[in-house]
Amino acid sequence: MTTRLSRRQLLQALGMAGAGLVLAPPFLSRAWAASPGDAPARRALVTVFLRGGADGLSLVPPVEDDAYQRARPTLALKFEGEHAALKLKGPFGLHPSLGALMPLWSEGKLAVLPGVGLPVTPRSHFDAQDFMESGTPGRKATVDGWLNRALLDAKDDAPLRAVALQPTLPRALYGNAGALAMGRLEDFRLRTGRQHGDARQGFSALYSGAVDQALKGAGADAFEAMSKLDGARLAKLPVSPGVTYPGTPLSRRLQDIARLIKGDVGLEVAATEMGGWDTHVAQGVTQGAFARRCEELGNALAAFAADLGPKLDTVTVLVMTEFGRTVKENGNQGTDHGVGGVMFALGGGVKGGVHGRFESLTVDRLQDGRDVPSWTDVRAPLSEALRACRPGVALAKVFPGYREDSALGMFT
Amino acid sequence: MRALPVWPLVAVCLSCASRSQVTAPEAPAPFDEARAVHVLQRLAYGPSASDLSEMKRLGVEGWVDAQLQPASGDALPPGLSAKLQAFPTLGLSMAQLVEDYPRPPPEMPREEKRERGPARVVFERSSARVLRAVESPRQLEEVLVDFWFNHFNVSEDKGAVKWLATSYERDAIRPHVFGTFRELLGATAHHPAMLFYLDNWRSTREGLSQEELRHPRRFRRQAAMMEDAEGEEEAKPKLGLNENYARELLELHTLGVDGGYTQDDVREVARCFTGWSIRQPRKDPGFVFRKVAHDAESKVVLGQVIPAGGGEKDGERVLDLLASHPATARHVARKLAQRFVADEPSPELVERVAKVFLDTKGDLRAVYRALFQSPEFQSPQARAAKVKTPFEYVVSALRATNAQVEVTPRLLRHLALMGEPLYRAPAPTGFPEVAEPWVNSGALVARLNFGLDLVGGRLPGARVSLDAFAPKQAPSAVEWVDGLGQALLGAKPSEETRATILAALAEKREAASAVDEAPPVDVPLIAGLLLGSPEFQKQ
Repeated sequence: MTTRLSRRQLLQALGMAGAGLVLAPPFLSRAWAASPGDAPARRALVTVFLRGGADGLSLVPPVEDDAYQRARPTLALKFEGEHAALKLKGPFGLHPSLGALMPLWSEGKLAVLPGVGLPVTPRSHFDAQDFMESGTPGRKATVDGWLNRALLDAKDDAPLRAVALQPTLPRALYGNAGALAMGRLEDFRLRTGRQHGDARQGFSALYSGAVDQALKGAGADAFEAMSKLDGARLAKLPVSPGVTYPGTPLSRRLQDIARLIKGDVGLEVAATEMGGWDTHVAQGVTQGAFARRCEELGNALAAFAADLGPKLDTVTVLVMTEFGRTVKENGNQGTDHGVGGVMFALGGGVKGGVHGRFESLTVDRLQDGRDVPSWTDVRAPLSEALRACRPGVALAKVFPGYREDSALGMFT
Repeated sequence: MRALPVWPLVAVCLSCASRSQVTAPEAPAPFDEARAVHVLQRLAYGPSASDLSEMKRLGVEGWVDAQLQPASGDALPPGLSAKLQAFPTLGLSMAQLVEDYPRPPPEMPREEKRERGPARVVFERSSARVLRAVESPRQLEEVLVDFWFNHFNVSEDKGAVKWLATSYERDAIRPHVFGTFRELLGATAHHPAMLFYLDNWRSTREGLSQEELRHPRRFRRQAAMMEDAEGEEEAKPKLGLNENYARELLELHTLGVDGGYTQDDVREVARCFTGWSIRQPRKDPGFVFRKVAHDAESKVVLGQVIPAGGGEKDGERVLDLLASHPATARHVARKLAQRFVADEPSPELVERVAKVFLDTKGDLRAVYRALFQSPEFQSPQARAAKVKTPFEYVVSALRATNAQVEVTPRLLRHLALMGEPLYRAPAPTGFPEVAEPWVNSGALVARLNFGLDLVGGRLPGARVSLDAFAPKQAPSAVEWVDGLGQALLGAKPSEETRATILAALAEKREAASAVDEAPPVDVPLIAGLLLGSPEFQKQ
């Protein structure tokens, strides 16, 4: 009875004192819990999911592989002429529309992994994305996602530790560790119309008095997060001098992620995505739909890296897709759903270069005679990235049933 | 301990003359509003003015009984019927939908795509789901359709399911929610949406050779099986056994993850279902049994021998076996108890309901009845013990405010923002029935915004007239809070809620008093705070 009364008194006090008091308890408890520990430094992990099955053989073409050239009479990139790729290493080039990434490559901050994918072969986008994001290939009943399970190693309940910059929470962030999704940073605020602060303070007080503990916690987190995002510091955080984000959707999302990182809000994991990679017809080479996607991707990532500046060392970016596409181009100058794709990693902890296993694309080496195999199980680079970003993470829980056989050395 | 209310249902009373002697002399109990609200929170999408008055007319028990026996021929209210009839895709067959709403060419203008492509099918399906949930007087049926669709989930995100899910809900789920579990299970097992979603349509016996496929007469029929899910010409996936459906059938649809089956059982079940296929998902989506793809050898499922040569009947025998299995009874009872009673239902309740399931051979109406009559459901502890899912939240808010609804893409997007994009649950598990995955700060902000938009007149497609809730002429702030609280929450708001809302209003008045002495009561603020309150998140 006394606690009830005191809570009511607190609420009455609040009516006069404003919302600051409500926000105090979670902040205090966290400050207390986060005493300077011996925990090794963590890096923020940012994932960019290319939806639609991006053509790895055009993102990172094995230019000097004859079998590749033969299989794609109109789509193959070369090292000279109008379809010239940028030279990476060995037979590999980079799609010219990703040229914005070349400075990162030269600095050794960009890693490329061809022939990466699922150890199972779903040719549906839906199944492949599901497996990729649940982190349990072949098992559909998994409820949560690998990225969320990776957060369960620490009890930190900072409200902005896991954020998806996309309208709905991606499958990879489903789970017991709190994660929130927002289309844009500005979406994460109350649309109170003319009422402004009244509703915000009212809600804040209502949730601090919630009987349901889960709702109470979510409420406290929401208002704490909103106040952090509200701060003039974050909303107006300037883009680093000399950096221009192109006005594309991915670019805007990455800019928001950079704001969260630069604003030191406690971000540990951020996820975003980009669609439009399903290229069954008229894929184009250095012109057309695919090249435009590449340009959007490369420019957005480059702007993101430049905006972060030295802080890029505290961030690891993974760019992934649900599968690669058929080796042979189809009758409509497009490519169909395949198996092995490509992954990019850039930023802190990344060992630049081309990693993993890759072989000539002669038909006898292809899966079912048509696909780049998953020479590297996607869980290998993900595990390595997690180990580099979150030392001590329980990988057996993140990827149940997966046993790493050898190190890729893609991350330090 | 207070005595539990007796639930005099027709079925029970047939066999209990003695009980009527006990209850007969008593005067009819006064209408228990709190209990009525509890029943409407669970068996309906929250209290609405019209359902509350219907319940007062029939009594709580009478209302429940009527909900359990909806006359299928009964017409829906004219307003709702008219809205549904404005959606041409709802009544079309799968073949018609595939033909009339084909995948649009990329260059088609966006506006035209929305009208003539599958986007139209998708939009009308979701709209109808929302409208029925808000307005249908057969509320329990709507709740059950949601429950069973989710239990036997398919997602329109996967290829051809976009065109098939309308029929799935209309023909496989809806007609059976008051039937037997076996009927429901069988209807889903045969439906092209499920066969496609869980890949069974392409599952064949091991070793089906290319030569057999090239057999001139058979080739034409098998060719459909080579069509890729995404319609690529080049893809020629190998055929063979696909365990996907078999696994989910055991794990999700029937026995449950701890239901005592083994990987061998999964495989054997998959063998039984080989040949259960679709004629052509994108041209002629109907069930077909492909004899040439079926594994004709004998199988052993859960220790039972299924003799060789059963053909299509193998699958039926598996369904018979699973539908009557005690583990299925427990699994289904537990899930229903989670939906209707508590996130963590007591094992005793689950056992009791499971027994009814087994005793009645999976008569779902009897199972629901057992659940609704249970002391656990009736107990005060069950009240407001569950957090609403986003769909329950949105629909209950529309009902509580008596909103005039025309579904718009914006309204549906609110659901997606809260984490429940309709017909797009990302895994065969469906959307979760329990609170935990729904309660997070991002989703909460989305809920608060929905409430604010709704009462602030900023939600296209939903008109709310708060004036209609005015408790009297020129009511004071206190009267508005009490009146709207009662109307929207279905009960008096808690003291804390009341005090907090009044404090928020006072603050606004203080701010305004510098310029104006008596600003009007900010009714939308009160309503917005109530819809966003922790109480309104619970059911």
